[in-house]
Amino acid sequence: MHDKTLTELAASLSAGECSSRELTESLLTRIDRLDGEINSFITVTPEQALAAADAADAARARGEAGPLTGVPLALKDIFCTTGVKTSAGSKMLDNFVAPYDATVVEKLKAAGTVSLGKTNMDEFAMGSSNENSFYGPVKNPWDGTAVPGGSSGGSAAAVAAGLVPAAMGTDTGGSIRQPAAFCGITGLKPTYGRVSRYGIIAYASSLDQAGPMARTAADCAHLLGAIAGHDLRDSTSVARGVPDYTAELDAPLSGLKIGLPKEYFGEGLDADVEQAVREAIRVYESLGATVREVSLPHTHYAIPAYYVIAPAEASSNLARYDGVRFGHRCDAPADLTDLYKRSRAEGFGEEVQRRILMGTHTLSEGFFDAYYKKAQQVRRLIRQDFLHAFDEVDVLMGPASPTPAFDLGAKKDPVSMYLQDIYTIAINLAGIPGISVPAGIVNGRPVGLQILGTHFAEARLLNVAHQFQQATDWHLRRPALAEESL
Amino acid sequence: MALEHADVLRAAHLARLGLNDDEAAHYLDDLGRILAMVDQLQALDTEGVAPLAHPLETTQRLRADEVTEADQREAFQRCAPAVEQGLYLVPRVVE
Repeated sequence: MHDKTLTELAASLSAGECSSRELTESLLTRIDRLDGEINSFITVTPEQALAAADAADAARARGEAGPLTGVPLALKDIFCTTGVKTSAGSKMLDNFVAPYDATVVEKLKAAGTVSLGKTNMDEFAMGSSNENSFYGPVKNPWDGTAVPGGSSGGSAAAVAAGLVPAAMGTDTGGSIRQPAAFCGITGLKPTYGRVSRYGIIAYASSLDQAGPMARTAADCAHLLGAIAGHDLRDSTSVARGVPDYTAELDAPLSGLKIGLPKEYFGEGLDADVEQAVREAIRVYESLGATVREVSLPHTHYAIPAYYVIAPAEASSNLARYDGVRFGHRCDAPADLTDLYKRSRAEGFGEEVQRRILMGTHTLSEGFFDAYYKKAQQVRRLIRQDFLHAFDEVDVLMGPASPTPAFDLGAKKDPVSMYLQDIYTIAINLAGIPGISVPAGIVNGRPVGLQILGTHFAEARLLNVAHQFQQATDWHLRRPALAEESL
Repeated sequence: MALEHADVLRAAHLARLGLNDDEAAHYLDDLGRILAMVDQLQALDTEGVAPLAHPLETTQRLRADEVTEADQREAFQRCAPAVEQGLYLVPRVVE
């Protein structure tokens, strides 16, 4: 059953070919036997999962099943879950059991899905390789010497290894799309404000957005429909109806206008990755799409602007971890300042401390205008680049990452790690949606094609991704680990 | 804008991060390179461009001033490091 997509499993459950309990038990066994090799889970919750599976089976017996009732999945350990540890990959929250559910979790429970546990991640979602986790790095299921990408590396690896058919991630600068690309799965970052941030541990609040990671675009369409929507508990969530994201999946692509940003095909792009992406674009041409080059002239400024805005917002968000109300507290504090300083120095890892220092510095007296205000001005220019491009074309396409997954330990310098996110980071600054779909394999490591649309164009992106997956089979390729049957 | 050791210690104090001199020195190098990368922004003319805070430019919603939350003090204090009689305990602040 582990080789089926979420859409196929939902159909099997609906047809009575298997029960949610059977499915849940089988995947829990796989996690138990195989996750030691990749470390994709921080917490597995068999008792809660089996109880939820039984409840789903009972609901189905009563004739009350919805399309996702009984479907198993996993949650990045950044979503607060009542009664289950929520660590954000940090020592700071190693002892934190949330007193409430995130809105995403609440909605997934209401849809009848079964969470098998909480997946590994870069600490507080800060990283592009999943090497910044307090719980150790995640290994890429395709190649144990490669990173899975980050920060939603555990979610991507768990899906790729066939431990769960889908997992929830969050994306602040590429943290859904880049690990999806590195692990050969499909990952969607929705429009900013489309999915509630309530109960998602905050990193950079004007950029954070949750989304689905699964095998196919159709799977992501089902899940987005379940988690999207307005939420009064998130002041930045957008009051706008949620369409049926599966309704347009089969629409033909004839006449689709694709733009290729010339800045996304320049220096630094691996030649094999470029070849795979260009081959994917030829597939679209064969489906009736037209292709033209466009320009996003401020692309070069996206990483500098992001590394002002995100650390500034992080330094403010992470001020709440003070060793008083929850989280790590140092032993025997001499006074209140000592309690704050040692609890925070002990609880936060190196990358998190680096970003707190960076953000505190740029927000401090005398620097605010030169850094934060300037970056917000550049952010407007970056958004305008995209809006101008979408006046001319329906979607933009390019690589999700300049290279396939790199080796564990290969990027020790923070700036070289940051530059990995060149094709994903501007999308968060502009607030638009983006999806990464499998589009090739280079030296045993997957390549992701990124497709971008204008604000709230998720249904169009999912349609465009789905049509590619009807014409190709890259999304069905699986690493040896996922082929292992127990 | 070059960064100095004292700037790192100042930021660490403002952020209540307990760093010793060696740790601050370790961060100085990385932060200097990150700031050099960020300084590319200064090359761009942004005169007259309004800062963008929310990508959809929505404004804060107001709600009626009504009590909407029940008291959950016990549940919230269950994850606290030290509480007594419903109060959070910290080292003595006022002698």
